[in-house]
Amino acid sequence: MRLVLAEDNALLRAGLTQLLESRGFTILHAVHHAADLDRALADPAAEAAVLDVRMPPTFTDEGLRAAISARAARPGFPVMVLSQYVESLYARELLASGTGAVGYLLKDRVADVAEFAEGVRRVAAGGTVLDPEVVATVLARRREEPLDRLTPREREVLAEMAEGRSNAAIAQRLSVTEKAVAKHINAIFTKLDLPVDEDDHRRVRAVLAWLRV
Amino acid sequence: MTAVTLPLETARPVGRLRLTLYAGAQVLLWVPTLLAFLATVLGGVFSVAWIGLVVPVWSVPMLRWVAGRHRAMAAGTLGVPVSADYLPVPDGSHLVGRVMLWARDPMTWRELAWALVSLTLGFVLALLQVLLFVLVVTGALWWFGTEPIMRARARLDCLFLTYGRTDRLEQRVVALAESRADVVDHSAAELRRLERNLHDGAQARLVALSMSLGMADEAFETDPERARRLVGEARATSTAALGDLRNVVRGIHPPVLADRGLTGAVQALALDLPIPVEVEARLDGRPPAPVESALYFGVAECLANVGKHAAADHAWVRMRHRDGTLRVVVGDDGHGGADPASGGGMLGVMRRLAAFDGTMTVSSPADGPTIITLEVPCALSSPKTTPSSGPA
Repeated sequence: MRLVLAEDNALLRAGLTQLLESRGFTILHAVHHAADLDRALADPAAEAAVLDVRMPPTFTDEGLRAAISARAARPGFPVMVLSQYVESLYARELLASGTGAVGYLLKDRVADVAEFAEGVRRVAAGGTVLDPEVVATVLARRREEPLDRLTPREREVLAEMAEGRSNAAIAQRLSVTEKAVAKHINAIFTKLDLPVDEDDHRRVRAVLAWLRV
Repeated sequence: MTAVTLPLETARPVGRLRLTLYAGAQVLLWVPTLLAFLATVLGGVFSVAWIGLVVPVWSVPMLRWVAGRHRAMAAGTLGVPVSADYLPVPDGSHLVGRVMLWARDPMTWRELAWALVSLTLGFVLALLQVLLFVLVVTGALWWFGTEPIMRARARLDCLFLTYGRTDRLEQRVVALAESRADVVDHSAAELRRLERNLHDGAQARLVALSMSLGMADEAFETDPERARRLVGEARATSTAALGDLRNVVRGIHPPVLADRGLTGAVQALALDLPIPVEVEARLDGRPPAPVESALYFGVAECLANVGKHAAADHAWVRMRHRDGTLRVVVGDDGHGGADPASGGGMLGVMRRLAAFDGTMTVSSPADGPTIITLEVPCALSSPKTTPSSGPA
C-alpha cells in the first residue's frame, strides 16, 4: 500500500518510514512541511496518509487541517493522524470530515508496531481507529440518549470498536467468544437505530453516534 | 498636583445660559454645603463620645450629595468626566463600620476642604456670574466673562473633588507593586511544582527505563526470555513517561490553546467534561497570549470545580469582548455554595488575573446557580472573526 507520510522531526520520520516499510507499506512521499504536504496529498497514486498534527510553518494543527482538506477534495481518503497529545475536539472534527477511514492516535501507540500497522490497514479499509485516551474521555461522560439504552457490556464492545478492533480482537480482549461479540454488536446496531448497511459502515456509524458528531 | 487631569475641550462647550444656571445652583447650594460641613466637622468631633455618631451618619451622605452636584456641574462645564473614587463600602457593613470607613477615605477629607473653599472663593465666583447676568447693564461682561469664570470655578472644584494625576499614579503604583509581588510568588510556586512533577514523574521513569534496558542488555546472552520481558517493561515505562510529560506540558501551555486560541481551547475543555457544557464565544480576534493563558486556566479551574463539586446537570461558558474588556462567564445549575476564599485554585486564578488588572467575581447562593465572571481589560489582535457557538 502506497502512503504519504508527514512528520517534521527527522528522527521520527526516519523511524516511521522504517517501521511502516518493514510492515509492507510503501512510503510514496515523506514530507516535513505543510506546503509539501498539500502537494503530496494531491498525488493520485497515494492510497492513504499518516500525518503528524503539528508541523511547520506555524507548528499548530496544520496536519489536522491538511487531513480535513484532503478528505474534502477526495472523499473517503484514508487518513491516520498522529499527535503528541489527543483532544476529543480534534477527534470530532476528523470524524465529521467524512464517514470512516479515519484514525487518530497518540504517537506513543506506534511503539506497539503490530497494532499500529494493523490500525493503518483498518483505516485504509474504511474503518475508524481512535486512541484509547479519547475513548476513555467519552466513556466518562454522563449517559445520554440513545446510548443509555446500551448495557455496560455493549458499551465496552462499542469502546473497543471505536479503538478500531475487529470482532476477533474484541472477543480476545473481553474473554468471550466471537459469536457473543457479534451478538452484542447486532444489539448495539439495533438500539442505535442504525440502518442496514455493510457491516464496516455500521460500525463507523455506531462510533459516530457515540461521539455525537 | 494638577487640577484637571483629562484633556479639555473634548465636548462642545455648553451654552452660556446653562453655565449661568450652574452658577445659580451653586449659589443656592451654599446653605446645604455649610450645613453639611458644620455637621460633619462637629459630628466628627463629638463621635469621640458614641452619641456623636448619629450626626455623620446623615451629614456625610449630605456632603457627598452636595459635592456630587458640583462634580456633575464641573464635568458639564469642562466637558470631561469628573469621578468621585470613594473607597467602596462593603454590603451589610454596620453603621459604625461605615462611619469608620468614611473617616479613612481620603475623599471625605478632600470634600471637607472643598466645602471651605466652595463656601468662600467658589461662592464669590458663582455669585459674580449670577450678578453679571442679573444686572442687565453688564451684559457685555456676561457675554465674554461667563466661560472663563465658570471654568475657573469648575477647575477649583476639580482640584479638591477628584484625584489628580499624581494621586492616581501613586494609587496605581501601590496596586501594581501588590499584584507584582503576587505574580512573582505565584510563578515561583509554579516553577517548584513543575520541577517536582518532572522529578517525580518523567525523570524517575526515564531512570527506570534505562535500568530496564541496561539489565536487558546484560541478559540477552544468558537469558533471552528475561531480556525480552525487560524490553517489554521498558516500553511500558516509556509510555508512562510520555504520559507524564504530556500532563506537565498541558499545565504549562496547553497545545490546543496554541492551536485554536481561547474559543477552541474552551470548547475542547467543555468536551472533556462529564456533563454537557454550552460554549458561546463572540471574539473578533485573540487577546494577548499571557491574558489568553490566564483566562484559559481560569475557565479550566471553574469547569473542574463544576465537575467535582457542583452536582450540576448543565453548565455554560460565554465569552464576549466589549468596551475594551474581555468578559468570560462560567455558570452551572448545580447546588451553589462555592467559596473562592476556601479553594486554593480560585485564589490562584484571581492572582493570575490581577497581573492584568483582571478580576474574578463569584456569585454562588446556597441553592445555586453558580455564576463566575472573569474580566480582563485588553485589546484583541487580528481582525479575524471567529464566532462560534453550539452545545459541546
